[in-house]
Amino acid sequence: MPETTYLQAISDGLREEMRHDDTVFCLGEDIGAFGGAFKVTDGFIEEFGGRRVWDTPLAESAIIGTAVGAAVEGLRPVCEMQFADFIACGFDQLVNVAAKMHYRQGLPVPLTVRLPSGGGFSGGPFHSQNPEAWFLQAPGLKVVAPSTPADAKGLLAAAIRDPNPVVYLEHKHLYRRAKGEVPEGRYEIPLGKARLAREGTDLTVIAYGAMVPLALEATEDMAGARVEVLDLRSLVPLDHDAVLASVRKTSKVVVLHEATRSCGVGAEVAALIAEEAFEDLDGPVVRVSAPDVPIPFSPPLERAVLPQVDDVREACRELLAY
Amino acid sequence: MSTTTAPSAASGSSEPFRHSPPVASSEALRLTPADRRALLHYMLLMRATEERALSLYRQGKVPGSFYDGRGQEAVSVGSAFALGPRDRACILHRDLGAHLIRGVDPGRVLAQMMGRAGSITGGREGNMHFGDRRLGCVGMVSMLPDMMLVACGLALAFQMRGEQRVAMTWCGEGSTANGQWHEAMNVAGVRRLPVVFILENNQFAYSTPNDLEFAVDPVERAGAYGFAGVKVDGNDVEAVFAASAEACERARSGGGPTLIECETMRMHGHGAHDDMRYVPRELFEHWAARDPIDRYEAGLREQGVDTDAMRAAVKSELDEAADWALAQDMPDPATASEGVFADREPVLGDGRAPWSRWEEAADA
Ligand SMILES: Cc1ncc(C[n+]2csc(CCOP(=O)(O)OP(=O)(O)O)c2C)c(N)n1
Repeated sequence: MPETTYLQAISDGLREEMRHDDTVFCLGEDIGAFGGAFKVTDGFIEEFGGRRVWDTPLAESAIIGTAVGAAVEGLRPVCEMQFADFIACGFDQLVNVAAKMHYRQGLPVPLTVRLPSGGGFSGGPFHSQNPEAWFLQAPGLKVVAPSTPADAKGLLAAAIRDPNPVVYLEHKHLYRRAKGEVPEGRYEIPLGKARLAREGTDLTVIAYGAMVPLALEATEDMAGARVEVLDLRSLVPLDHDAVLASVRKTSKVVVLHEATRSCGVGAEVAALIAEEAFEDLDGPVVRVSAPDVPIPFSPPLERAVLPQVDDVREACRELLAY
Repeated sequence: MSTTTAPSAASGSSEPFRHSPPVASSEALRLTPADRRALLHYMLLMRATEERALSLYRQGKVPGSFYDGRGQEAVSVGSAFALGPRDRACILHRDLGAHLIRGVDPGRVLAQMMGRAGSITGGREGNMHFGDRRLGCVGMVSMLPDMMLVACGLALAFQMRGEQRVAMTWCGEGSTANGQWHEAMNVAGVRRLPVVFILENNQFAYSTPNDLEFAVDPVERAGAYGFAGVKVDGNDVEAVFAASAEACERARSGGGPTLIECETMRMHGHGAHDDMRYVPRELFEHWAARDPIDRYEAGLREQGVDTDAMRAAVKSELDEAADWALAQDMPDPATASEGVFADREPVLGDGRAPWSRWEEAADA
């Protein structure tokens, strides 16, 4: 299998879906001639033309709202937010129109919204956010956050083919850093299925997106302790079985995410474990995350806020000793 | 009253801001005597359905709040009457007439308001936040004017597939202040989408009058977005129809969007809880004298139409509808968590299109 970057895998996945299914089209700001702010759609306008690769005006409600209309008419739009942060400007169409459509009137909305998310490159408060928890409170949305190139491609295909609105978080830090083998051709990674990134017996780190490679690096050498790393891949639906199976095996859990702490995915996972696997625990569930602050610009400040290898290692060490 | 002249001449109440050249022969946009009876019928049916719903509300059978489109019947009926079966609509909260034209039964509307299982949304939604997808309607959300962008998306799909179809949606003048209104106008103009925006200027957004809503009449903005804006007397059903039919023709023939401002008046409060204390008496009386149903009915009577018989037929239809609606079960609480996610593909059905033109098209 060829090795590709995470970015290339997303691009390949999108291109293959567009080649295979002419109802798939993409829309977003500067995705045409420029190929997108991060070049995911580089070369698309040449291959598919300006109708299926729509360089939209700077208007996020318009991007999501028109995509909803096109989706209920039988197309499969893939929206790109230039940065995940700008979803705030299209939030209403996503959570009020798209998310509730099927529940209210039985009308599916096969829509994918790609969100280049996350920090670590001095993007500052408006180009670094991890907004996934916003969507967990909007029933009707599915939410995925791949961590590897192979998952990025397969989850994108699944998102596009799903008849529901899917929020697809692609972590910018992984774009060119994450490399891996990616199967050729079209394939799907099912939504709602976690992946064991590393098997272990003594402690589980539960993570997703860019925090998966961080967890693997941080726990590679833990003085003999074997740390399991569970990659959630999907946040909605959340793979309860995989979480609980891992807790039952290791009895100690660190939940790790780059997003801020309160009411985040970590809180949800910790609550799930408290409700369903309390008896299996040998220690408190520990969260490692950004604190509840905006992501600052200057490198030392940003490093202080985003979870680092040492933070994860320290949390694991303490919990192992508990 | 003429249906074949351009909307500018049809209204008399206000001059159009801008008017594109006619895109279809006046012959193609004509109304037969049966069409005229249908226009009156749907206006009567809308009013009767809303009156019945209001009495059910007062009897405590409609939970939550109650909103209607009293006085605005000519707008939704005149505009939706122009739609063909395969056109699609996002119908707003004062536009029950459009639902009725597209084929929604009054009984299901009453059941909807009462939160019954047999209603359009089975109790998931109340009063006017509904749409029957089987009849090609994408139901509104409360947030205004979100559906304008959804309608742009429907139109985008038609355009991408090269289909000669139209998306129509409605909005109040209050919502022209919201950013999404401008995003929709801009996108429609940039892509020359086959979409028709019916703007209902009913003088108030809840209690806020026009002069606190905008500095420039919103119809004048259409030109700034690169397409036609037309202003008509919204209490003249044939004027609304003529402007709408022409706008649909324009959209179908690739001429892009149209904004039609219908000048009208909301003759009830914003909702049943609203005593309208902020409405000047003279203004109310001015519009009361121009009731769209009374005006149109008088014209048809002169032409020999037995409108008493039409009213009687509507009344008995509503009696039956109310009996049917009241007999519907309440939804099973065990189903409250069902259907958050879809496991099948979207299908929007076709709507009823009673305008004779579509029968002729089907016969041809
Ligand atoms: C974005 C948004 N803000 C507030 C409301 C609450 N609200 C419901 S109807 C209404 C007035 C709407 O006025 P207009 O657009 O003129 O329509 P009308 O009700 O007069 O037909 C308001 C403020 C809303 N529905 N949507």
